[in-house]
Amino acid sequence: MRYALLVYETEACVKARSDPEYQAAYQAYIKAIYEGGVAIGGSGLQDAATSATTFRLVGGERQIQDGPFADTKEQLAGFFLIDVPDLDKALEWAARCPSTARGGIVEVRLALEQPT
Amino acid sequence: MHPAELAARASYGRLLSILAVRTHDLAGAEDALAEAFLAAVTRWSIDGVPRNPEAWLLTAARRRLIDADRRRRTREEKHVLLQLNDETVDRDLFGDERLRLLFVCAHPAIDVTARTPLMLQTVLGLDAARIASALRVAPKTMGQRLWRAKTKIRDARLSFDVAPEDLPERSFAVLEAIYAAYGSGWEDVTGRAAASRGLTDEAIWLARLTVRLLPEEPEARGLLALMLYAEARTRARRGDDGAYIPLTEQDPSRWDPHRIAEAEAILMEASRMGRIGPLQLEAAIQSAHLDARRSGSRDDRAVLMLYEALLRVAPTLGVRVAHAVALSNTEGPASGLDRLDAIASSISEDYQPYWSARAHLLERTGRREDARDAYDHAIGLAEEDGVRRWLLARRQALGRV
Repeated sequence: MRYALLVYETEACVKARSDPEYQAAYQAYIKAIYEGGVAIGGSGLQDAATSATTFRLVGGERQIQDGPFADTKEQLAGFFLIDVPDLDKALEWAARCPSTARGGIVEVRLALEQPT
Repeated sequence: MHPAELAARASYGRLLSILAVRTHDLAGAEDALAEAFLAAVTRWSIDGVPRNPEAWLLTAARRRLIDADRRRRTREEKHVLLQLNDETVDRDLFGDERLRLLFVCAHPAIDVTARTPLMLQTVLGLDAARIASALRVAPKTMGQRLWRAKTKIRDARLSFDVAPEDLPERSFAVLEAIYAAYGSGWEDVTGRAAASRGLTDEAIWLARLTVRLLPEEPEARGLLALMLYAEARTRARRGDDGAYIPLTEQDPSRWDPHRIAEAEAILMEASRMGRIGPLQLEAAIQSAHLDARRSGSRDDRAVLMLYEALLRVAPTLGVRVAHAVALSNTEGPASGLDRLDAIASSISEDYQPYWSARAHLLERTGRREDARDAYDHAIGLAEEDGVRRWLLARRQALGRV
């Protein structure tokens, strides 16, 4: 089963990105999740405050705005696409995500089946 | 706390066992009991608490069961439920009924992953959401698992009784399920909030109950002793800043002497029965570790012997890893590593203690680059921040390779 682990970070997490301990923890997590063939894709994302741009059509008219789609306390900070036997295993990997120790949240979402 | 709540905490499992043992319908009994508790909340506030709250609740729940049963069944069917009505609340009977509930929860036909939650819900009345979080399972999945288990008990009419020849095996399944509940809290020992302490208190409560209900089973005592040893060290496992402290570096003055004394006494009682088992062996290993730390003199050979005995009766992944470490303390790190190498990577791949042990042994053999890789792997698998930080520090201390 393919699941997306969507990592939402608080401001504290985003600030911690320059903390060597946090970096090392993340490097190790990424290494472990890819090494066992669990992760099949994903990426960290730059700070939404400075890197996000949204696009939408409003009444057929283009609207492009600076900033993220939803202005919430937590921002989408990265994602992994993983392939695991079941939700239990997916939650195991969510629990290991270093962001959670700093108030981050991991949303686990079942992916749509791939067209065959 | 409302008297009905107090009664719920103390008597939930007893009442549920009495209600479910004959009908085999755990879900129905739970509903009836929930309604009875609800009725008690309003009724007792008006009339005062009855002299025997349990009897009151039992009668109320039975009445509801019978009503529900009447609605469900056709007229020609005779049923057992009506007999329930005539029974009196026999306090001596309670213990046995609860034991039967424990046994049916750990029935071989019940999926292993459902046993622990089923026990927590039926014997202690914990709610499914809390059980799900503590066991790190999605609430919906947990609900389905519990539902399937209860349906199985009812539809397959699983026996609440155990044949004498099956008793040791079935008892072990009960103890294993209780130990799993304890493990959910032991992994997560930051202990800042009650919720994050998992289900350790509940597990100990269940173990005490099992010791009472199975007085001839030394392994029940072994399990209780094992958990008490672990509990005794709760405060010492974390520094004031929340940092993880391994057993070999803990300050024994932060251990709880009462719990240790109780554990020693219980383990002694178990060993007098003369039937050793894996849980007693694990408790004995704890005892040896604690002793070494208190006296300052380690007996690595004795610990290794205990692990070898444990390996023969319960060669689980955790035991194999711990045995390799024990072996390295007497024979050197290379022989410990040999043992770790013998474990198939398919099962060790995402087992964090394996990678911590491996990193430590590689470090001791001077293979610093391999040690760093192994530390990385262990860090990536760590769930608990204190442990993660401790591993990061160990890796840092290796220096640049």
